[in-house]
Amino acid sequence: MSKRSSVAVIDYGAGNLRSVQTALKFIGAEFSIASNGEEIKSASRLIFPGVGDACAALSILRERGLVQSLIEYYRSGRPFLGICLGCQIIFDYSEEGQTRGLGLIPGVVRRFPGEEGLKVPHMGWNRVDYPEAAHPLLRGIAGGSFFYFVHSYYPVPQDKSVIIAETEYGLKFSSGVAAGNLAAFQFHPEKSGESGLKLLANFIAWKP
Amino acid sequence: MLAKRIIVCLDVREGRTTKGIRFKENRDVGDPVEMAGRYYAEGADELVFYDITASAERRKIMIDVVERVAEVIFIPFSVGGGIGSTADMRQVLLAGAEKVSVNSSAVRNPAIIEEGASLFGSQCIVLGLDAAKDEQMASGYRVFINGGRTPTELDALEWALRAEKLGAGEIVVNAMDADGTKAGYELELTRLISKSVGVPVVASGGAGNPEHLYEVFTNGAADAALIASIVHLGSYSIDSLKEYLQKRGIPVRR
Repeated sequence: MSKRSSVAVIDYGAGNLRSVQTALKFIGAEFSIASNGEEIKSASRLIFPGVGDACAALSILRERGLVQSLIEYYRSGRPFLGICLGCQIIFDYSEEGQTRGLGLIPGVVRRFPGEEGLKVPHMGWNRVDYPEAAHPLLRGIAGGSFFYFVHSYYPVPQDKSVIIAETEYGLKFSSGVAAGNLAAFQFHPEKSGESGLKLLANFIAWKP
Repeated sequence: MLAKRIIVCLDVREGRTTKGIRFKENRDVGDPVEMAGRYYAEGADELVFYDITASAERRKIMIDVVERVAEVIFIPFSVGGGIGSTADMRQVLLAGAEKVSVNSSAVRNPAIIEEGASLFGSQCIVLGLDAAKDEQMASGYRVFINGGRTPTELDALEWALRAEKLGAGEIVVNAMDADGTKAGYELELTRLISKSVGVPVVASGGAGNPEHLYEVFTNGAADAALIASIVHLGSYSIDSLKEYLQKRGIPVRR
């Protein structure tokens, strides 16, 4: 059971969630771990973190019957933050393992082409620009700030209006998307120094 | 544009940071947790901890260091030294490290790269490659293990390419001839490997001044550079290095 003010961090048995926990602890946020449908259902705020294989993650979620829980949580209107893999599974489809996603935001996830001089994974610190006024989760963080990325796939939303952050890596891709109570980022706020901690604090205070 | 990373390297023995020259003559330079917090505040892009503890208690001591580091810094860090199994990897990652680095153990058992990558993802698995010039090898460089003490029959470039194929997500190229000399990175070896593999390459060994970093990011084609002595011994601050690089047109995070 999570308290009204606390945040639940999804644990599906694969993602490295300790770094998210230590960052939440550092900013003084209460948190719990959600690893089953009941815990997701009772959460007042939810973070889906993780790195790794989208296909493997989705098959674990399906096995544990968590796909429906996550869809229902999203529909309930409560704050939902996706990080890295959590920014990929929310789309309809991922090229990684050619897998179907949760379909919360229309769009697909593609692999970086890995052209001459561009290494894959896209690993390291890159600038994050805002196409419009800063989303509530990005307030207080200057546009063009650096965040830490490590990924080989990137989201391509169907509807451009969901894009809240963009980054250049050979091509311009969506590094942040939002739809109502859901916001998701391809970078790792928990590994992005002060800017990342500010984003997490904004999420804790967010009233979508 | 992706910034070039400056990674501060801390060699940890019995829970203390040490610094050697050409892999020898280690001296105590401080508490790793306190140093990690300081480098984080100063703008390091990433940290790497190499466990060079020899005692039987090594794993316990290092896990304790990793757990305490994870509570004070919010940038990525990796841990290497004595990672011999996927169980070792899991322990270090669960303690809060972002990546694990394998070196001698991967030469002895290359499958550890593949197993680690499939369990934790390629982005977690770093290959540490110690190499020195050797004209007998096809690429001109031979791989060494056991902290540079034992030569192998592996060619440095061939090993880097094989490790990438097995699933290494990043390669740290440690030029033994340059390590701790402050005479500059081994540009030729770094460039050779960086231009041949598709994953990021980190140059290691030899940083003595800001110009060396500039050279390795341009002529050396490195994606990131490891530094140790030049910041541990107080010659330069991380920000002064980045300021220099920025002025010379290198994209850095400041």
